[in-house]
Amino acid sequence: MTTYEAIIGMEVHIELQTQSKMFCACPASFFGAAPNINTCPTCLALPGALPVINRQAVAYTALTGLALNCRIHRRNVFARKNYFYPDLPKGYQISQYELPLCTDGALDITVAGAGKTVGITRVHLEEDTGKLTHVSGGSLVDLNRAGVPLMEIVSEPDIRSAAEAYAYVSQLRQIVRYLGVSSGDMEKGAMRCEVNLSLKPVDSEVWGTKVEVKNLNSFRAVRNAITWEIARQTETLNAGGQVEQVTMGWDETRGRTVVQRSKEDAHDYRYFPEPDLPPLNLDPVRIDELADSLPELPAAKAARYRATWQLSAQDAALLTEHRDRAEYFEAAVAAGADTISARAAANWMTGEIFRRLNESGIAVADIKFPPADFARLIALVETGKINRQAGKDVLAGMWQFGAQPDAIVAAKGLKQISDSGAIEKIVTQVIAENPDPAAQFRAGKEKVIGFLVGQVMRHSRGKANPKLAEAALRRKLAS
Amino acid sequence: MTDSLFQLTIEQAQARLSRKEISAVELTESVLNRILAVDNQVKAFLSLQPEAALEAARRADDRRAAGDTAPLLGIPLAIKDSIITKGVPTTCGSKILENFVPPYNATVIKKLGRAGAIVLGKTNTDEFTMGSSTEHSAFFTTSNPWNLNCVPGGSSGGSAAAIAAHEALGALGTDTGGSIRQPAAFCGVVGLKPTYGRVSRYGLIAHGSSLDQCGPLAKSVADAALLLQTIAGHDPRDSTTLDRPVPAYFDDLKRSHGFKGLKIGIPREYFIEGLAPPVEKAMRAAIALAESHGAAPVEISLPHTQYGIPVYYLIATAEASSNLSRYDGVRYGLRAPGDDMWQTYFETRAAGFGPEVKRRIMLGAYALSAGYYDAYYLKAQKVRTLIRRDFEAAFRQVDVIFAPTTPDVAFAKGANLDDPLKMYLSDVFTVMANLAGIPGITVPAGFSAGLPIGLQILGPALGESAILQAAHAFEQAADRHPPIPPI
Repeated sequence: MTTYEAIIGMEVHIELQTQSKMFCACPASFFGAAPNINTCPTCLALPGALPVINRQAVAYTALTGLALNCRIHRRNVFARKNYFYPDLPKGYQISQYELPLCTDGALDITVAGAGKTVGITRVHLEEDTGKLTHVSGGSLVDLNRAGVPLMEIVSEPDIRSAAEAYAYVSQLRQIVRYLGVSSGDMEKGAMRCEVNLSLKPVDSEVWGTKVEVKNLNSFRAVRNAITWEIARQTETLNAGGQVEQVTMGWDETRGRTVVQRSKEDAHDYRYFPEPDLPPLNLDPVRIDELADSLPELPAAKAARYRATWQLSAQDAALLTEHRDRAEYFEAAVAAGADTISARAAANWMTGEIFRRLNESGIAVADIKFPPADFARLIALVETGKINRQAGKDVLAGMWQFGAQPDAIVAAKGLKQISDSGAIEKIVTQVIAENPDPAAQFRAGKEKVIGFLVGQVMRHSRGKANPKLAEAALRRKLAS
Repeated sequence: MTDSLFQLTIEQAQARLSRKEISAVELTESVLNRILAVDNQVKAFLSLQPEAALEAARRADDRRAAGDTAPLLGIPLAIKDSIITKGVPTTCGSKILENFVPPYNATVIKKLGRAGAIVLGKTNTDEFTMGSSTEHSAFFTTSNPWNLNCVPGGSSGGSAAAIAAHEALGALGTDTGGSIRQPAAFCGVVGLKPTYGRVSRYGLIAHGSSLDQCGPLAKSVADAALLLQTIAGHDPRDSTTLDRPVPAYFDDLKRSHGFKGLKIGIPREYFIEGLAPPVEKAMRAAIALAESHGAAPVEISLPHTQYGIPVYYLIATAEASSNLSRYDGVRYGLRAPGDDMWQTYFETRAAGFGPEVKRRIMLGAYALSAGYYDAYYLKAQKVRTLIRRDFEAAFRQVDVIFAPTTPDVAFAKGANLDDPLKMYLSDVFTVMANLAGIPGITVPAGFSAGLPIGLQILGPALGESAILQAAHAFEQAADRHPPIPPI
């Protein structure tokens, strides 16, 4: 039995969230729209209609290329990829072939704590197809999606496992979301993956026959399809068989790959430069502008959080997972620079805020209070103006009504009682009302102090500073 | 005298309209009556819009009464059926688009509308503009008004015949390898192919996208200038249009110095064996006439001329094979249902396309195929660059080039139908302008056995003014042929 290693390259198609389609002025958002509403002569491929390049899509693709450390090419040529299918109205897809926008990049991924670099062969721009719905007796064509800008990211065959592929795709998605160029929503088809996989014996440099697996429309499908293919090909080879060069699809329900096309049926796409579009020359100044506009990416952000604020790797990763959350957090830290620690802000953010975001499903942009109010709330707790539990209650009020924390504290009378005279009075009363527990404590039953502190809190309607209350109790009971 | 208004040039009609001597309705009625009288013989039109034309004429008269002086206000025109017209059937001479009524207008049609022009109807063309005679129209062959047994040329044969037979005051055609200039020459009218990118292709049914241009066919050079001025200009919907101001081609004719001091290149490679003696004689006479009016003829060489036909037929067919993929029966046009999806594709395209279109799709798909691309398409593009450089070098020496438009006069119907190669070779003098992207105009330059001969004048890129002025000077100097063909 030979042991094999998988050689995996990925092609990821990502829909860009531009206002309009790639080559016409129709809206690029198609989700939920009535069939064939967002169409015009160009994306319906009526006779005589012509394409015009969407500059925003070009900028988004270049931005992605920059984020993936690619070379951005000044001279770009669009090409026609010719094939017939009812979801492809022109009978050709406008894509890029010989001269893509971005080449020679790299993406650093982390798998189980270990770092690895995946080479990016190219990032190019093309247009999406329409959608077919198969019904009894035929198929329905919806061209709302036809012509939506699609970015294709092709990796080098540097990936070695399902876990690495998973990490690669996750990180790509995180980057496009950070850049704001795509929703990255796989379940809505905004990101679609293809895998090229072959096996090589671990002690050899000879790669086996490459198999292409298409239609991987979820992270799970990517992982399962790779796991399946590695097992299938290993079994085939170990049984003395040969891996056929085929294009396969992923059958989600059966959980296995199925052959879609053999080598003999391979398309000849008859690529040639799109004569309706002159070569697109990108101004180097524009490329520099895009590079300058590149936001801090998650990996760099997380590293900075750890170095600057001594946050744990886990907290840094959590906080930087989504750009909007990270930016909210950073704004709160900045607003509370003199009053709160980044670590306290991180605790509140990853705890209370993330919990509420995840439970409510709302976006960071829809949080009803500004980061400065969030910082103020943390400061109130940190400086002992209110206790932690009261802080959570105030946050609930802020979340619901967007009210300012000081206003809620005042309205609810939550201000912590730190006045030693006032606390002394309550403590005296509590000891008088609870002679048995007081006696137990005096007899050495340490645990009873918790009950007595709770009684002080109850009497103060939660406002007493629990630390001061406990100290006062101990002092009184010891005397 | 409204019954002979159809004979007017645009310039003449415009003068009389603006003096309110005639109305647009009278003019349009006269032209429609002329069409009724002669089009059963000429068969220039695939479809007519008489009611819409008269309605447009009434609106034009109203606009003029309200003080509008748009340049083509009330001028009835014929439009080649390869140009998209909203609400008006547009077939491009093909069965596959037989019942196609477009929901939008080509940019050139919008511009004509704004200028006040009236669309009479759509003129015949070889199917998808692939041909030199209109014999490849899926519907019928147009006749040459000068000899009804001869072809009018093609593919804009319908527009050329309509102008020659005075069935329209002006017309639009499209030219991929000579499709405006060749029929204009065969029919004895003026036809101009602009610089690639000078006129929007938005709404031209694509044949060879890197070659196609829309241009005017007219009774005079001045009319052609006026039409070009109206349709030219940058179009945000066509990325290949040039963002350069449009000169006042028409007014500039009046300021022209004619032939005086004009350096005319005479390309050695265009006066070759195969050029019919009467055509050669007419060319020599044209050169002599220009010289006698102050021009300086210079012999030049365009060394890559011999590769024009193969290069053209590789590039045009390659682009066409892709451009025609959209005619699949899925969204519009003919659908011949088969048992499954692929069978429907096969049946639809088998039934919808004629033999010449099928031949060119196959040639083009072959030239783009894996393993052949470098040897055919890529090589052709490289030679195309050499051809372009030939012209760039020539225009550093001369202002314009004189050449025959066609090797011979119009041929008899059916004469070349069984020999596609012979048909292709007759495009030898016109394809060069498309390959080089430069403008060319043809003007009537005499007759041979009752059939017109065309003089082709080529200019540098964006040199429309130069070729219009040279053509205008020639038109003024030459004896004008009888305006009405004997039909």
